Amino acid sequence: MQEVLESTLVLSRIQFAANISFHILFPTITIALAWLLFFFKWRFQRTQHPVWMRVYRFWVKIFALTFALGVVTGITMSFQFGTNWPLFMERVGNIAGPLLGYEVLTAFFLEATFLGIMLFGINRVPQWVHTLATLLVAVGTSMSAFWIIALNSWMHTPAGFYLEHGVAMPESWLAIIFNPSMPYRLAHMMLASFLTASFFVAGISAYRILKGDSKRAPRLALTTAVVLAAVVAPLQMFVGDLHGLNTLEHQPQKIAAMEGVWDTERGAPLLLFAWPDETTRANRYEVGVPKLASVILTHDPDGEIVGLNDFALNHPPVKPLFFGFRIMVAVGLLMLTLAWLSVWHLWRRGNLPAWLLKGLVAMTFSGWVATLAGWYVTEMGRQPWLVTGVLRTADAVTTQPSAHVALSLAAYLIVYAFLLWAYLHTVFHMAKKSVAVEEYETKSLQEMSAIANAPVVKPAHSGAML
Amino acid sequence: MNLSPDMLAYIFLGLLGLAVMIYAVLDGYDLGVGMLLPMNDLEQRNTLLASIGPFWDANETWLVLAVGILLIAFPKAHSLVLYELYLPALILLIGLIARGVAFDMRAKAISDYQRAWDWAFKFGSLTAALAQGYMLGRFVTGFLHTGFAYGFALLSALCVAAAYVYIGSAWLVMKTEGELQSRALGWLRLAGAVTLLGLVFVSAANLTLVPEVVSRWFTPTGKALLVLIPMIGAAALYYIEQTVLRLYQGEEHLSRRPFIGVVVLFLLSFVALAFSFFPYVVPGKMLATEAASAAASLEFILVGVIFVLPVILAYTVYSYRVFWGKSEGLRYY
Repeated sequence: MQEVLESTLVLSRIQFAANISFHILFPTITIALAWLLFFFKWRFQRTQHPVWMRVYRFWVKIFALTFALGVVTGITMSFQFGTNWPLFMERVGNIAGPLLGYEVLTAFFLEATFLGIMLFGINRVPQWVHTLATLLVAVGTSMSAFWIIALNSWMHTPAGFYLEHGVAMPESWLAIIFNPSMPYRLAHMMLASFLTASFFVAGISAYRILKGDSKRAPRLALTTAVVLAAVVAPLQMFVGDLHGLNTLEHQPQKIAAMEGVWDTERGAPLLLFAWPDETTRANRYEVGVPKLASVILTHDPDGEIVGLNDFALNHPPVKPLFFGFRIMVAVGLLMLTLAWLSVWHLWRRGNLPAWLLKGLVAMTFSGWVATLAGWYVTEMGRQPWLVTGVLRTADAVTTQPSAHVALSLAAYLIVYAFLLWAYLHTVFHMAKKSVAVEEYETKSLQEMSAIANAPVVKPAHSGAML
Repeated sequence: MNLSPDMLAYIFLGLLGLAVMIYAVLDGYDLGVGMLLPMNDLEQRNTLLASIGPFWDANETWLVLAVGILLIAFPKAHSLVLYELYLPALILLIGLIARGVAFDMRAKAISDYQRAWDWAFKFGSLTAALAQGYMLGRFVTGFLHTGFAYGFALLSALCVAAAYVYIGSAWLVMKTEGELQSRALGWLRLAGAVTLLGLVFVSAANLTLVPEVVSRWFTPTGKALLVLIPMIGAAALYYIEQTVLRLYQGEEHLSRRPFIGVVVLFLLSFVALAFSFFPYVVPGKMLATEAASAAASLEFILVGVIFVLPVILAYTVYSYRVFWGKSEGLRYY
């Protein structure tokens, strides 16, 4: 019996991780892309220059596709709590429920309804209403992030509640929503979304230019994206540092695992590389900068960092946190470098050399890598708790037979692998297709169907192009 | 606010019922349209999809709200329901994923794949509708584990799929013209007959499955409803049939009427369901008051509902007004 539950737990954890990892890919793009679309639409309304409409039209199609994937994978999420983690809602549902409820009420309906007007209503409403619809979609996606981050942060740093027979009861909603880690996590995630979206836009635009697209639209989108990235990247490092300090205060075991600190020490080095070994409880092959971890975390070269051994075995797994954190930071530094190089080239020379364009193409989905790595660090860093100090992950899982969970997990993985392939394939296909489109005029039938939700009627001679 | 915990439980049970009802009508028609997608005619497929394009996403959000209310207000019922419906829920979700993605992919993918995506949309809609009907069938018997109860759930699956096709074809009668509209009128009649037949069987079987439900229908209120509901239902059917005949004669201005008639039939089914099972949140198993969350949590969310729900309804109505009338060619910016 015990063994069955153990495999159900492992499979349920993998399934939840798979579902939420796949889901977050799409909102991470759409949260910020919605604001970029609003910017493009607003610029068009102000200048009436057709190039802004061109940029808007291309990206709104990508947005619609990405948003649809976010919606369908999000519906899956709303079932996960009940299907696999029944005790989560029974124990902390009094807190989690209303936060999720406000997400549905204030965000989901808003974005879904105005998306309809944004995508299909441009000829049916006044221009300002269409721009307003675009704005409301952006507000909706950000509201959604606000509520879900409030809930997630509460699971890390619960506040504003008391326990009654093991069930969490609300005491102060303000304290629950604005719990200690919430402002930092929200800022970190919003900036992550802006970085992800700007590298996404830059990468696809660079791809178009490399494919021979000499129109203004992709260059304008590229410039907007790299300038945004160049501003956001350093800001993200600053906010990330604050978030780390906040974590040190509330979840020191997570920081100890991220830094690979086994024994409490003063003047801890910043490890650039090491191989944390959980059996000997020590690091192998350490390469580090002396005292730097202490400087970063305590702003004092001899500051004390509490080690993993002080938490007995009540600490998260070390390797995933240690490496996840380094991957996130490395990608972040790469983004900063590339963004600043691009802006410098644009500023001094007015365009980007081919090697830099290729670099941006390679970095198209770098935001996904950094975002997922960061989420793995923070979520695995909460283990063994589901809600810190209140509910353990192992105590919340369903009693469903593991065969059922294995079946559902296999089904999700197959569907997700296929969807990811289809998504990437389609995005690059759309980019390629846009290369051949003329600069501004879009009234031809062929173009109409290209921007519509209608399939393109393939001309007889185009077989060789595909 | 100073509402008793019982009162709060009933308010949220009512909201849950409302969300499910709105969902069944709204996503019902777009799932129905999906099932009706004619694979032999690209032009007509484009028109069908154009008619639901601006709405399907928001329609599906009502499902998220319904599952959300169950999760938020009745967490114990949510766990119980989804424990019992683990695999059907998986099938429902895969169906919804397939159609949601297909809708956007069909236009943007290489045209060679477009037909495959349309199949995915049609098949996903069918799967989702059947799964919902099956889940409803399991739910109303309180998850009885007898062969008869499973058979009932299968019948319910077909019945719900037919009802969605019914409302979907009524939607198309309203939103399309010409040849396609004539086709939709044919679908409407056929689906109406199947739905009606299914409804009779389901109602009869339901009475034999749950004795407590039977006794309810023989109280004075029950008897009154037992007369009223079929009467109004028959009137609605007559109204739809008369309109269909006149629409065949070309009286285009009546094209909204069948949809109104089908919505009335949906509402009647819901009244019957509600009367059968109130105040249970899981029929025969769990009372709303037993499963409800803490009063402080329900009050907090109720404030949001009171302020936000009217706004949601207002902009939903606005959106339907923007896209009022016959659907135009499939295009968007």
